[in-house]
Amino acid sequence: MSLTESFRRRTAPQLHVGNKFRSLPKSARWSIGAIIIAACYFTPYWPDVPVLGWIVDTPGTSFENVLTDQIMMFILVALGLNVVVGFAGLLDLGYVGFYAVGAYTTAVMTSGQFSWPWIAAMPLSILMAMIAGVVLGTPTLRLRGDYLAIVTLGFGEIIRITANNSDWLGGPRGINKIARPPSFGPFEFSVLNAKPYWYLGFTVILIVIFVLTRLENSRVGRAWAAVREDEDAAELMGVNTFKFKLWAFAIGAAIGGLAGALYASKVGFVNPDNFQLQLSILFLAAVVLGGTGSMYGVIMGGILVAWIPERFRGFDTRRYFVFGVVLVLVMVFRPQGIIPRRTAAAGISGKEESE
Amino acid sequence: MRDWLIYRTFWDLTVSGVALGLIYALVALGYTMVYGVLRLINFAHSEIFMVGTFGVLISLTQVFGINLFEDGEYPYRSGIVLVLILLGSTVAAMVVSGAGAVVLERTAYRPLRGAGDTFGAVVLAFLTGLIASFLFTDSMMTNLMIAAVITGPLAVVYVRIFRKGRQAPRLAFLISAIGASMAMAEAVATWGPDERVVYKTPRVLEKKVLFNFFGADVRIDYVIVAFGAILMMTALLLFVNRTRLGRGIRAVAQDAETARILGVNVNSVILVTFLLGGAMAGGAAMMFTLVYDQTRFNIGFLLGVKSFTAAVLGGIGNIKGALLGGIVLGLAENYGSSIFGGQWKDVIAFIVLLVVLMFRPTGILGESLGKARV
Repeated sequence: MSLTESFRRRTAPQLHVGNKFRSLPKSARWSIGAIIIAACYFTPYWPDVPVLGWIVDTPGTSFENVLTDQIMMFILVALGLNVVVGFAGLLDLGYVGFYAVGAYTTAVMTSGQFSWPWIAAMPLSILMAMIAGVVLGTPTLRLRGDYLAIVTLGFGEIIRITANNSDWLGGPRGINKIARPPSFGPFEFSVLNAKPYWYLGFTVILIVIFVLTRLENSRVGRAWAAVREDEDAAELMGVNTFKFKLWAFAIGAAIGGLAGALYASKVGFVNPDNFQLQLSILFLAAVVLGGTGSMYGVIMGGILVAWIPERFRGFDTRRYFVFGVVLVLVMVFRPQGIIPRRTAAAGISGKEESE
Repeated sequence: MRDWLIYRTFWDLTVSGVALGLIYALVALGYTMVYGVLRLINFAHSEIFMVGTFGVLISLTQVFGINLFEDGEYPYRSGIVLVLILLGSTVAAMVVSGAGAVVLERTAYRPLRGAGDTFGAVVLAFLTGLIASFLFTDSMMTNLMIAAVITGPLAVVYVRIFRKGRQAPRLAFLISAIGASMAMAEAVATWGPDERVVYKTPRVLEKKVLFNFFGADVRIDYVIVAFGAILMMTALLLFVNRTRLGRGIRAVAQDAETARILGVNVNSVILVTFLLGGAMAGGAAMMFTLVYDQTRFNIGFLLGVKSFTAAVLGGIGNIKGALLGGIVLGLAENYGSSIFGGQWKDVIAFIVLLVVLMFRPTGILGESLGKARV
């Protein structure tokens, strides 16, 4: 059985909360959604709320920075990687490569030799990442399952090593003095104030969620589902599998590049050590932990993967041990992820496939 | 200029490349066999190798009581003593790695196959208790006591959950493997005596040049690596091809469900596969420490990635493919880094892989543990 086939395995029963929510009248759903979104915009202030604050606050480091440098990036990256892994069923272990392409494009264009404004570098970063996705995808998407996984893993490493060895990319020292987003009105983007980055980032996340939801329910989304469920059958039914797989790669890469560009402009410097292979693996962990193919699941996964090690900073060096054990435990007891994909959405019957 | 360098050192590069490749190949065997029976990239296999190098370290320093230096000199041994020490630490490494692989299988993978048992439940319950105890105290003794108290009742709960016997999706195995790998490496980094530093291992073997091969110095440790690797691989091939258990492994690799119906105990076959893969990784760990005289908590990661690349290069699931892939990769890295510079070593490895997969999408020799008679 190949890896792609395994994605066919149907998911666990739906969460009751989700069903209850969907059975509410439309007005109620909209108002609950609006309240949640509004509450999320105030996330930087959460540590000041009595009980909630004790839960979310990260001892030893600034919660604001964890929120913008880690959680925001992981949510975006998880959403992007979910397009590749969750929607189209392609295993990508080198996603950090696209993230790096986005970050480095912004870094090169806005600092030193080019000095482009931030607003112009952003679309270029997304475009470059997308091109990287197509360049990687065109020769490799003929490969299936785990072969694709190892090739993408190699791609991620190639990007990092190239950055490490190229002088005009700053070599091991990297690039600093990357432009910040332009300040407007009360929102001043500076080193000391991370809040505006969250407002910007969360808005971007909302836009990405909206676009991806539309895509998932479109012709493209159905084609991805077909490829994921059974590539050969999809091909026989007239789906141009290569084209749609390439689209999944390009769109996933674009979101990864966007995340990287935002990261670069937030922290102000990049170097190859920010893009280690381990990061790719953490990205994948975020997707699977949350629930492969489920949009809200991967958001939750991204939040947890970014936040757990910071929340338990008190554990000091043991925190990655804790994180590893938590990964095993979640997979053992909730193998479909924390918020599994809804089975009814695809309209395919949810019978368990036997091994 | 550089072309000239490779011309001068070609045979040197070949010799050290083959030695490196054989170590890759031995680790690749673990990946390839587990992949054959479970279709799983066993990410934690690199940590099995790492644990093996620590097995060597412990057996050399604790069991044989050899210090890093004796009167400022390397603690060279010779004759029968040397042979005994080398054999002893090889066995130690194989036992440690094999045991690690078995615990890994029963804890992190078997429950995902819907066949979780008491052993896995106890280990998982203990780990749960341990990380829960971190919330309350930093004292290791208290942590262990809390964990021990929690283990019993929690294990009972876990066994009950396991009885439901749900089969997890393939990606869940991968993440479980990654989690286990992280936990193992970090456990060594956190509770090892010197934590995150490089551990030097005592150099018991004087690395004399044995003979010349087209002007290249062939050191005695390379010869030992070559003989050891070939010996272990031959033994493994014979085991898989000639014994009853080996036939079980091939049957499960071909079709696990049919094998189960025909009376093969799939779980024990998988356990044996992990044990064999672990033992091979242990052997590789011994050879690695013999050549490089050091180890570290994260030593497995990069070597693991390379070895997996070697396995894919040769054709994953194929035992001979692992050997070929390892040697090709070791040579490509050595030649490549001498032509383009050492910093491009890993890039060359992956480009070779990419090119090979372009033309042979299932590796040089193709997948085969189950598909054909090996």
